[in-house]
Amino acid sequence: MNIGSSFGRITALILRYLYLLRSSWPRIIEIAYWPTMQMVIWGFVSQHFSSSSPELTAGGILISVVLVWDCLFRSHISYTLSFLEELWSRNLGNLFVSPLRPNELIAALASISMMRTLIGMLPAALLAIPFFNVSVFDMGLPLLGFFLNLVLTGWAISQFVTGILIRYGLGAESLTWVLPFLIAPFSCIYYPLSTLPQWMQSVAVFVPTTYVFEGMRALLIDGIFRADLMLQAVALNFAFLTFGLFAFFISFQAARRHGLLLQSGE
Amino acid sequence: MNIILQTENLTKLFSTVLAVDSLSFGLEQGTITALLGGNGAGKTTTLSMLLGLLEPSSGSINLFGQDFIKNRYSVLGRMNFSSPYVDLPQRLTVRENLTVYAKLYGVKNVRERIALVGEEFRLSELLDRRVRKLSSGQKTRVSLAKAMINRPDFLLLDEPTASLDPDTTAWIRDFLMKYRDEQGATILFASHDMREVELLCDEVLLMRRGKLVEKGSPEELLRKHDRDNLEQVFLDVSRDGGSS
Repeated sequence: MNIGSSFGRITALILRYLYLLRSSWPRIIEIAYWPTMQMVIWGFVSQHFSSSSPELTAGGILISVVLVWDCLFRSHISYTLSFLEELWSRNLGNLFVSPLRPNELIAALASISMMRTLIGMLPAALLAIPFFNVSVFDMGLPLLGFFLNLVLTGWAISQFVTGILIRYGLGAESLTWVLPFLIAPFSCIYYPLSTLPQWMQSVAVFVPTTYVFEGMRALLIDGIFRADLMLQAVALNFAFLTFGLFAFFISFQAARRHGLLLQSGE
Repeated sequence: MNIILQTENLTKLFSTVLAVDSLSFGLEQGTITALLGGNGAGKTTTLSMLLGLLEPSSGSINLFGQDFIKNRYSVLGRMNFSSPYVDLPQRLTVRENLTVYAKLYGVKNVRERIALVGEEFRLSELLDRRVRKLSSGQKTRVSLAKAMINRPDFLLLDEPTASLDPDTTAWIRDFLMKYRDEQGATILFASHDMREVELLCDEVLLMRRGKLVEKGSPEELLRKHDRDNLEQVFLDVSRDGGSS
């Protein structure tokens, strides 16, 4: 495989999603709208608790975890919605009769997902500084680690969901919205792992996001960066991504066996 | 004689339904061939396998001297496809769509190429219009322009003149013949328009229940069945199962 040609096809597809974004200004506003609204609502909740239960809001933890959790949701939604655009527009057949390979499609979807996540999250994170005097950037370099880990978890979920979409079509569309929230209770976003009942803790230790939020709490409340938690998150994300990719490629092969690529759409 | 495509015992079994049954045929370079058959004859399944969208159950496809089933990516860049039943993104303009596909196919000088296919397919005035705002005939022309963006050596078309007016249909027909003559391209298309097939094709492949039941030039088939037009031949073969 020629790397230059492969890069050209990936950029062609990124261009396709950028054209789509450019074609509708409400779409661009929407990307930043929801994270900003989340930040505003949780900012006021945080202010309310800061007087009655200061331990809940120490170090701007509540706003920070909300913003960082949204990175996972945005990265997943951005990835999966871009793929859904191909199904909605019945364009998958055209794409796969071109020399585009499935791994190039994945690379393009991941790239556009990263762009859209940054466009969505940066305004919210920046606005939290003047509005609520909370800057997630004060976490320094570990923030990049937390962010990348959550984006990777989002992509792993997306690969699994797009695999199901390619195999079962738009009938499975609702999974796009539902699946990220399946891991939310186990991720210990707003509470420590010890809060969960034992059986849930047994599951939570296999979820990468658990270590991200435990690590964030250690950093924001105790001022300690826990490299061990970060490494556990990376290792589990590697496993999640491997499983997501496996599910996607298995589904792609099944779609080719059953002739679903030409018929994809409504 | 340069055979660019050769299938041998190409078969597709969907669960218990035999959609394509031991299909063997070859296509010569620089020819236009029609793939005919009634509904459910196996035309779309055959086209899907030749495009790499569908994995055959058994058999082989040799395309440009390559094993297409194992190495489809090495030849997909020399092919293209158009169907009125596969859309291009509606929210993008014609130019944006053509740009994306030109880049996917690794076309050099994208702007010049788009200007040229825009002229060839009478789309110059429509290049900056969104696809969703075009008429169905205009969309078919855009889909054909996309199929020609990489100057394919092997072009597969599914009902290329569906929803086009007679004038544009005649123009597309002339264009395809000119393209075959000048480029030496091979064209395989599925159609239900027998008049178009008679005017355009060097060869006809007739399928029935997944099998190839007739093969020959339109003149040969007319002579063999002692008929005046291909529609009558089509009806004979579809109802009786043909000669083979």
